[in-house]
Amino acid sequence: MKKNILGILGLLIAIFVITAVLNPKFVSAYNMQNLVKWSSLYSIMGVGVAFVIITGGIDLSIGSVIGLTASLLAFTLGKNWDPVVAICAMLGLSALIGLIHGLLITKAKLQPFVVTLCGLLIYRGMARWTTDNQSMGFKGHDQLNEIFSGKIPITDTFALPMPFVFLVVIAVAAALFLNRTIWGRYLLALGNNEEGARYSGIQTDNLKIAAYVICSLLAGISGLLFAFELDSVQPAQTGEFYELYAIAAAVLGGCSLRGGEGGILGVIIAAAVIRLIYNSINMLGISTHLEYAILGIVILAGVVADELLKRYTAKRAAQ
Amino acid sequence: MAAPATPLLEVRGLGKRFPGVRALHNAHLKLAHGEVLAVIGENGAGKSTLMKILAGVQPADAGEIFIDGQPVQFQSVREALAQGVALIHQELNLAANLDLAANIFLGREPHQFGFIDQAKLHAEATEHLQRVGLDLPANTLVSDLPIGRQQLVEIAKALSCQARVLIMDEPTSSLSQHETETLFEVVRDLRTQGISVIYISHRLGEVTELADRVLVLRDGENAGELSRKEIDHNAMVRLMVGRDLEQFYDRKQHDPGDIMLELDAVRTPAHPHAEISLQLRAGEIVGIAGLVGSGRTELLQTIFGVTPAVGGQMQMAGEPFAPRNPREAIRAGLALAPEDRKQHGLILQMAVRENASLASLSRDQKNGFLNFNAEEKVAAEAAEQLAIKTPDLDQATVNLSGGNQQKVVLGKWLALRPRVLLLDEPTRGIDVGAKREMYRLMEQLAADGVAILFVSSELEEVLGMADRALVMHEGRIAGELPRDQLSEQAVMQLATGTPLAA
Repeated sequence: MKKNILGILGLLIAIFVITAVLNPKFVSAYNMQNLVKWSSLYSIMGVGVAFVIITGGIDLSIGSVIGLTASLLAFTLGKNWDPVVAICAMLGLSALIGLIHGLLITKAKLQPFVVTLCGLLIYRGMARWTTDNQSMGFKGHDQLNEIFSGKIPITDTFALPMPFVFLVVIAVAAALFLNRTIWGRYLLALGNNEEGARYSGIQTDNLKIAAYVICSLLAGISGLLFAFELDSVQPAQTGEFYELYAIAAAVLGGCSLRGGEGGILGVIIAAAVIRLIYNSINMLGISTHLEYAILGIVILAGVVADELLKRYTAKRAAQ
Repeated sequence: MAAPATPLLEVRGLGKRFPGVRALHNAHLKLAHGEVLAVIGENGAGKSTLMKILAGVQPADAGEIFIDGQPVQFQSVREALAQGVALIHQELNLAANLDLAANIFLGREPHQFGFIDQAKLHAEATEHLQRVGLDLPANTLVSDLPIGRQQLVEIAKALSCQARVLIMDEPTSSLSQHETETLFEVVRDLRTQGISVIYISHRLGEVTELADRVLVLRDGENAGELSRKEIDHNAMVRLMVGRDLEQFYDRKQHDPGDIMLELDAVRTPAHPHAEISLQLRAGEIVGIAGLVGSGRTELLQTIFGVTPAVGGQMQMAGEPFAPRNPREAIRAGLALAPEDRKQHGLILQMAVRENASLASLSRDQKNGFLNFNAEEKVAAEAAEQLAIKTPDLDQATVNLSGGNQQKVVLGKWLALRPRVLLLDEPTRGIDVGAKREMYRLMEQLAADGVAILFVSSELEEVLGMADRALVMHEGRIAGELPRDQLSEQAVMQLATGTPLAA
């Protein structure tokens, strides 16, 4: 796992240095600030889905949960809900969504892919229908804007964006949970071998449900952050396809889709790599039409390299 | 110069390694024309590996194979078959939805312009069926045949490929007594036709009855051979375990204590109509024998809460006990070392330390946080008490040998000090040394007052270790045998559904 992080960290540094050398504007305070902000937003989604992937599951509904909470937040604030109540309602709603996913997967024994694919469609539809598919903004909510999208000045030109602060809190909590609590250990055990974990007295169903709740809750928090970051919400578009970035970050960051493997730091670095690739493409004047292609190639290469490394170490261990 | 007859099959210095295990080392074997050679040995002695190499299922790392004096190398089952060596698998490989003729000629159908020549197919199939004593129309569906007859179809299929060496891997493990006798008649008949048979079995009675010669394997090496007149039960056992039985199974007499576990008319989901009642006392070792599929594993799983009972009552130390999942069973003081160690017993990719501590993490937790000191202590104690051979505690359990893996499973449970220990095939796939340690551990735990209920397909083990044995047949307990009435014959009779003569 340590080697895994070193590989992806090396990739991050390599792209960073190359881009910085080729275009000095890349390291400007403004660009760095943006990069940190977007990397943080992607990381929060990625950390959420990492928990689900560690159990051997998948969550395809993240983008739609983001769209739903962002839309409903703008909608309820527009209806003059108390901001605290509105935000708590959004967090409660996203946790409830995760709970329903978890129950359907563990108790009704449906496949995670199917459950969350249906979720992807349902929540997007709900967001559009409730809001009549109108774009909405957040005029008059400066305080909320400060909390979710404000900045903490560090130097004259560089300020830490609030999403980064959120990420630090979430990442520390997630890493402690995964590596230091018995439930984190149970999660890794059941991801490796669910039956084996059950035979050891672990309540595997409850833990899996918890993983889906964590994933959807973090998607809901991402929804709030994205809403204020983008300053306006389009119920049909906000968050669309974001689940794919989250899954890509988790996989590139060392989570195996077979389950049982993964760490928080790797996912965060991988999310940063994904944002960095976007930024570098812009900075280096490469055609933005190639964006997706380059992103796909880098992720594929990363996963292949990881697999080869694993086989190599397994072979050496066998000898 | 009259040279000795060239053996049909000869094996010299065969070796095979798997990660962490030396499965076979310098194995020899000679097989004459029309000879029935029994290959015996405990689980993990290398019988299956040897047979798989001979049948081309897997390649050897070292050694040579000769057929009629000519060196051969098998890269695949097809190549072995082309040389006349056929393996009859323990699990039958027939397509149940096809008829007998289609199965016999699967992949080798006589055809013209791509169309199967049905008339020829059925005529030839009928001929081969008759050779194995099956008087059935060739268009009978395989699914309509009982398992014993399906096995004869497998043999007919091998004969249709001009097989000269038939390797039978535990052919009687799921047969009734009558079916077994039919099979023996067929084997004797084949012998007169000049076909040689390598017969692998755990049932020493069958070996005595059938074999011309016995080859004993132990820990992947030749342990010895017995000619026809030397074959007897004690001689075979001595070669298999490498010492006299009394030394190997070191059981002492101690008085059983209070009743720890009691089942009253318990029904398992696997056999919902069979009621099981039993009592298990502290300090007692009770064996459960029976054929594969008789419901032994399912019984242990129900007691452990993996598949909750569908009826009846259980009591644990006098308290009502109805576990809905393993956690509740564990809390009541039970532990299970399951049959399928890799799927159910261990998290293979995780370290020895993590596996050994998995069940005791929640006891040692500090407000939900892992207690790394306690974890280290649990793992180190398990490694010391059970003499687990591993480079270090951070080694992934997948890299350990079977015996050491089993020790990790036990270490996980012993940390919780269980009052009832359930063991399902406790010595499957582990070497003789680890087996002895396992038996000593069972004896020691029983002396400390742990109640042990173990399932085993190895009769020797049941005879050697159990204070009394319960024999299962079709989901029911067909009979109970106290230690002084325990014998291979008695167990087999009960296991195959024949009542004991009064």
